[in-house]
Amino acid sequence: MKILTVNFLTCAVKACKSSPLSFPLHFQDAELEQSDIEYNAAFLRNILPRVDWEALKITANELGFTTVPIEKPDLTPTSTATDKNPVRLPINTSEPQATDEKTMRDLHTLLLETEVREGKMVCGNCGHEYKIKEGIANFLLPSHLV
Amino acid sequence: MTSNEPQSESDLYEDAHVHQVYEQIASHFSSTRYKPWPIVERFLEALPDGSVGLDVGCGNGKYLTVNPNVFIVACDRSTNLVNIASQHRPHTSIVADNLNLPHPSSTFDFAISIAVIHHLSTPGRRIQAVTAILDSLRPSTKSESSGYRQDGGKALIYVWALEQKHSRRGWDEGDEQDVMVPWVLKQNTNAKCTEESKTFHRYYHLYCQGELEHNITAAGGLVLESGYEKDNWWAIAIRKPQWGHRV
Repeated sequence: MKILTVNFLTCAVKACKSSPLSFPLHFQDAELEQSDIEYNAAFLRNILPRVDWEALKITANELGFTTVPIEKPDLTPTSTATDKNPVRLPINTSEPQATDEKTMRDLHTLLLETEVREGKMVCGNCGHEYKIKEGIANFLLPSHLV
Repeated sequence: MTSNEPQSESDLYEDAHVHQVYEQIASHFSSTRYKPWPIVERFLEALPDGSVGLDVGCGNGKYLTVNPNVFIVACDRSTNLVNIASQHRPHTSIVADNLNLPHPSSTFDFAISIAVIHHLSTPGRRIQAVTAILDSLRPSTKSESSGYRQDGGKALIYVWALEQKHSRRGWDEGDEQDVMVPWVLKQNTNAKCTEESKTFHRYYHLYCQGELEHNITAAGGLVLESGYEKDNWWAIAIRKPQWGHRV
């Protein structure tokens, strides 16, 4: 279970989805593990615009990560063409600046390489707990919540 | 296990004739499912880089490797299949029910649900499954000139067709649509590698022509494209844009 994934999860109880309290789910008793995933700057830059930054900061904070920037890094997705713009801005390099590099590496580690192996995710609206076992989160609801 | 308690008659039925079967045949089933279907492959490859989407009923996760430039949160009812699917990085696979998806509404760029909703045993539940998929997609916006724009998330849904007279099963128009389909599980059970087989039966609702489109419309979706490919009906749909405001 990756940290990036948490940004795309909420409570499975239908009535909770409209409540802002159900997102993000909150971690309890989380055991983390670092995996090794090849750093892919383009992938990360393209995915970042889809990340809810406030939710990510809450999740990271709960798991003890303190390196998340206060603001989402301002990156133009590499796939976005600028052909519409007749004035070509000088492009120094397609790679991020050196100052960006560390931020990006840290985000890669947090979002993609950090796995929650064991623990619980709790809905802030209804309090239901979803268990994570051996890295797999289980969202099947008990009958009284369906 | 209390969290798996089925509650309605349909739930009980699907639990016995779909979920428990897949749980038991997971490994053998997975070994026979490795080739992506061409239309699914094309749909995934056409997605813009950085798209985030869902694979609802991912099975062994064979579609997770098609496009390395998108991020997919995959789910399946079967823990054993999710265990297999979770090997595909950088994606994540979770255990979830397609009638109660744990995803925020109006969020995703795309969703696929391949050979899944035909396992639900009533029309209402099949439509509910489509509703849950559409609800997860980013809505499309309306435009003054053309009525609507197709700028929202897109879903690709695949179901088994009733009309497949040239297939091994041989069903065709007019046949019974609710069927039990055998799965012969072969296992090497001893050191001599002799094979032992056991037959399981899975419930399927075979879709007739136009039925998938009907389900999508009933679920509040708009069919952009649909067709027939190798014994299956498929459709690509968006959420139907509402007039006057973003849906």
